[in-house]
Amino acid sequence: MKKISVLAICLAAVFSFMGCDGSPSGENGEVIVYNWGEYLDPETIELFEEETGIKVIYDEFETNEIMYPKVEAGASEYDVICPSDYMIQKMLENDLLAELNFDNLPNAKANIGAQYWEQSKEFDPENKYSVPYCWGTVGILYNKTMVDDAVDSWNILWNEKYKDNILMQDSVRDAFMVGLKLNGYSMNSTNTEELETAKNSLIQQKPFVQAYVVDQVRDKMIGNEAAIGVIYSGEAIYTQRENPDLEYVIPKEGTNVWIDSWVISKNAPNKENGEKFIDFMCRPEIALMNFNFITYSTPNDAARELIEDEDIRNSPIAFPDLSQYDNLETFQYLGEEADRIYNDLWKEVKSE
Amino acid sequence: MKNNGIARKLLSAPYIVWAAIFIIVPLGMVFYYGLTDKTGAFTLENIAAIMSAEHAKALWISLGLSLISTVICFFLAYPLAMILANMNVSQHSFIVLIFILPMWMNFLLRTLAWQTLLEKTGVINNVLSFLHLPALNIINTPYAIVLGMVYNFLPFMVLPIYNSLVKIDPNVVNAAKDLGANGIQTFFKITLPLSVPGIISGITMVFIPALTTFVISKLLGGSKILLIGNVIEEEFTQAGNWHLGSGLSIVLMIFIIVNMVVSAIFDKDGEGSFL
Repeated sequence: MKKISVLAICLAAVFSFMGCDGSPSGENGEVIVYNWGEYLDPETIELFEEETGIKVIYDEFETNEIMYPKVEAGASEYDVICPSDYMIQKMLENDLLAELNFDNLPNAKANIGAQYWEQSKEFDPENKYSVPYCWGTVGILYNKTMVDDAVDSWNILWNEKYKDNILMQDSVRDAFMVGLKLNGYSMNSTNTEELETAKNSLIQQKPFVQAYVVDQVRDKMIGNEAAIGVIYSGEAIYTQRENPDLEYVIPKEGTNVWIDSWVISKNAPNKENGEKFIDFMCRPEIALMNFNFITYSTPNDAARELIEDEDIRNSPIAFPDLSQYDNLETFQYLGEEADRIYNDLWKEVKSE
Repeated sequence: MKNNGIARKLLSAPYIVWAAIFIIVPLGMVFYYGLTDKTGAFTLENIAAIMSAEHAKALWISLGLSLISTVICFFLAYPLAMILANMNVSQHSFIVLIFILPMWMNFLLRTLAWQTLLEKTGVINNVLSFLHLPALNIINTPYAIVLGMVYNFLPFMVLPIYNSLVKIDPNVVNAAKDLGANGIQTFFKITLPLSVPGIISGITMVFIPALTTFVISKLLGGSKILLIGNVIEEEFTQAGNWHLGSGLSIVLMIFIIVNMVVSAIFDKDGEGSFL
């Protein structure tokens, strides 16, 4: 008998835990947000909850590729998601996004700069599904005390002098962007010969590479662990703050200009709350808080005006004049077959 | 008696439910994905994919590195287990605790700590350069991966061997000595054969996690050395090809099952089940 009562207590405990799952929502419902890791000032969420009475359930992902299957499978229902350009295109093609009602998004219409809406047309042709949140470039971060050559080209990453001092991005598209641009090709190439050339370049580079990493480029460069790294411009400002010897360069062969935008998923349970959340994030002072926190360039012109430090407001890293550069491109979704080819070639590089 | 039977069934219910949800169902899904293609049709392609140059190479390197790690673990663990077994009770439980203590800390954190230790500008190299000794450059090489495997999995070798050593009746050893065997003879004829079950479970418990790891090669190998675990992980997280990832997992399972069958043959008393 004793055993059974112990069992009963255990079961009761289990069920009471399950009960906790349905946590109380805010007085005005809830909104489920799925964003990149460390991509928002947590305080802005508190402000949103206080003002609207909507409870924010916040979840994070590490790469677009990890996010996609979770949304596609519909196992977890998200309202607001923040994917990158090419992934938005893929989600649109697979009918995973809901059209936004811009009557509910006055701040987005008023504050986001025209050039960013224009750029968004590459993946969202009628600007109906996405609101730009962050943008930037991909470039070379180098340590001025460790590099004595002029850095203006991707080919510095192929310089034997810096063997074991180079950090490469550990993701297919970013790595191939570098390989393709080095050889003067489009980073959206699906031409087998061009991809083969890029692959051979990357294999040739491998002996010089210290490590293939993603987020760790930041910490390793700050800690003087490597001389040169491929990095997202948003991280560059942060690293310079921590280590003044670092300099960021957009290579002359061109690079990736990317946008991460807010979208709402097709099966969003709280679409209207989602729109309220997106619009809140587009308020100048909120966008400024986020910019100060994550240092990724904001497409919010009104927020940029509010930046007090003139050096940052006119920083060529955070707000480069893109007309100065040639061959800037935005990633496009290339279809399943091209994805497979890219992945196979990347595997060849990695296993070399 | 009858009542007892019902209680027993009731008590096993949570485990059966647990096993069904978290072992049987996922395993079934791995087999389903591994044996089908994108259209859902049956195929052996995902399994045959292990023959491709990159996959075969990754598997080969994984087998090699985990074998080396297992051998190193064994030679480090056996003397240690003997020392532990020969200590008196109050001392050895303390030492065993010291051994288990790091395992309470997260495996990822411990591996990350090794990264910080081994880096070019890391702790070890700072100390070495302070002493005017040459720098240690093993980070992002296979040596660092083997180090990570040995460090992380050594307790899994020590504990089962220790377990089987303490179970050896001291009278058997004494009898051997009485009959004129010297120390070396006693060790090779009595102690070692009697500890084989522990050795086998130790090998299983080091070899399998080492064979399947992807975190250690990522953090300590700088993602430059592709292990079969990395290939499978990237098929799921980067390439989004669950079918190929599952197919390769099935291949890996074959190695694991072979290892476990061997260990089951030698380890009839379940010496490895120390946890």
